[in-house]
Amino acid sequence: MIDLENVAYSYSGAELLSDISLKLAPGSFHFLTGPSGSGKTTLMKLCYGALLPTAGHVRLFDADVRTLTRDDVAQLRRRVGVVHQDCQFLDHLSVAENIALPLHVAGRSADAAGEDLDDLMHWVGLTERAAALPAELSGGERQRAALARAVIMSPDVILADEPTGNVDWDMSQRLLRLLIELNRMGKTVLIATHDLSLIRATKAHVQARVLRIASRRIQLAGADL
Amino acid sequence: MKIFPEFLRRALQVDAQADRVVPPSGFTAQLTLFAAGAMAFLAVFALALSLAAGRLAEQWGDELARSATIRIAAPVEQQQAQTDAALRILETTRGVASARALTDAEQAALLAPWFGAELALDALPVPQLIEVIETSEGMDAAGLRLRLAAEVPGAVLDDHSRWRAPLVKAASRLRLLGWASIILIAAVTAAMVTLAANAALAANAQVIAVLRLVGAKDDYIAQAFIRRFTLRALFGAGTGMGLGMIAVLFLPSGGDETASFLTGLGFHGAHWLMPLLIPPLAAGVAFVATRLAARRTLEGLS
Repeated sequence: MIDLENVAYSYSGAELLSDISLKLAPGSFHFLTGPSGSGKTTLMKLCYGALLPTAGHVRLFDADVRTLTRDDVAQLRRRVGVVHQDCQFLDHLSVAENIALPLHVAGRSADAAGEDLDDLMHWVGLTERAAALPAELSGGERQRAALARAVIMSPDVILADEPTGNVDWDMSQRLLRLLIELNRMGKTVLIATHDLSLIRATKAHVQARVLRIASRRIQLAGADL
Repeated sequence: MKIFPEFLRRALQVDAQADRVVPPSGFTAQLTLFAAGAMAFLAVFALALSLAAGRLAEQWGDELARSATIRIAAPVEQQQAQTDAALRILETTRGVASARALTDAEQAALLAPWFGAELALDALPVPQLIEVIETSEGMDAAGLRLRLAAEVPGAVLDDHSRWRAPLVKAASRLRLLGWASIILIAAVTAAMVTLAANAALAANAQVIAVLRLVGAKDDYIAQAFIRRFTLRALFGAGTGMGLGMIAVLFLPSGGDETASFLTGLGFHGAHWLMPLLIPPLAAGVAFVATRLAARRTLEGLS
């Protein structure tokens, strides 16, 4: 699905990532960990075409990102659900409208998806907050709304960057359970986090592999975590 | 002309959701409306000026070109004979529709503004004037001059070209200036819309980033901005055009020939329909300007 081959990325000459090779197979569950500033977010961005590698090849759904047009990238993002650490919404639209936004931009009628939307809102526990504006949500609610928005198109891949960054332990467990459930439904999941206890808690439920970025390279972390 | 319905249809296409993804903007929207209105108002006057100057150029070129004057300055005793000779020549000249000698009363009326009405013309050696009206094909002035020189030594032909030419030239130049003003007004409208669209795109950077993240294509994002600015330009220009036309309607009119330029500065007949093109044109300019601005901005984003 997502295939990185000897990828390097540099910001204004300084190399942040080098010689990264990574393959996300369909249905796999990966954690991406490493110290702050090690390039987790950059690697995520390479995985959904927000950044182009400065060396090597990134293949998304069997297409080299360098050959993609802007519209191709837009199409691709309908198959990749992204949850950012600082989730951004359209602040003047309600939570429900924000979650349904991917449907609208894809030209699908929200009415047809009405039932799915209700189910999804219920699943992330935001039914009560459907009419609220994003600014009125708590950190955990924002993260759940972002997750709901990321999965409403039923994407093949879910990329979550520190999805539990601003929430307490209980809430992070709840978000994680949502992601595990999605993985059981066959979605490929990649979660960037520096929270090792979260990784340990997950490993009890799902076969997850842990990738660690250290000194610009990626390593498969051992089973000792 | 076919392009107008197409882009207006696209701009007016009601997609409430696509419209709502960009938050409403209060004050800058009013500014865009106002600027489009002011530009349309000015465009109405530039148009009125161009059309009036065009009419004038045609009129002068047309009417004056088809009349000429022959002046016969001869000793008093020969004047009648020379006048008759000149009229005979004119009767046989191709391109002359009619020719007649002005009566003493008419000549006195022409001179009255300079010498006063009390002057007795008989006491002065006033030349005799002959008014010549040409047919639409026109006459051969050079040929006529030669014949007159041979047979009527005191005759001088004036075909008015000497003072007609600069007038027609001035009117044509004025018309050109009017059209140039309209083009400048359109360019300023484009510049203004581009600035406003750039400001709106910059102010909504987060909205654009969110839309890109959830898979919106550039066209979808641009459409929300294009639709807004096209409609603002359309309504602003519509209002400005309406006010401009009312102002032109109430310009003082009438007066005689000599005042015809200032009092004739308006629309005649079917020309009243021409200002109606201003709002769709303004909308078209806004459509293209916003589209280009949006494309440029979006291509700079990831």
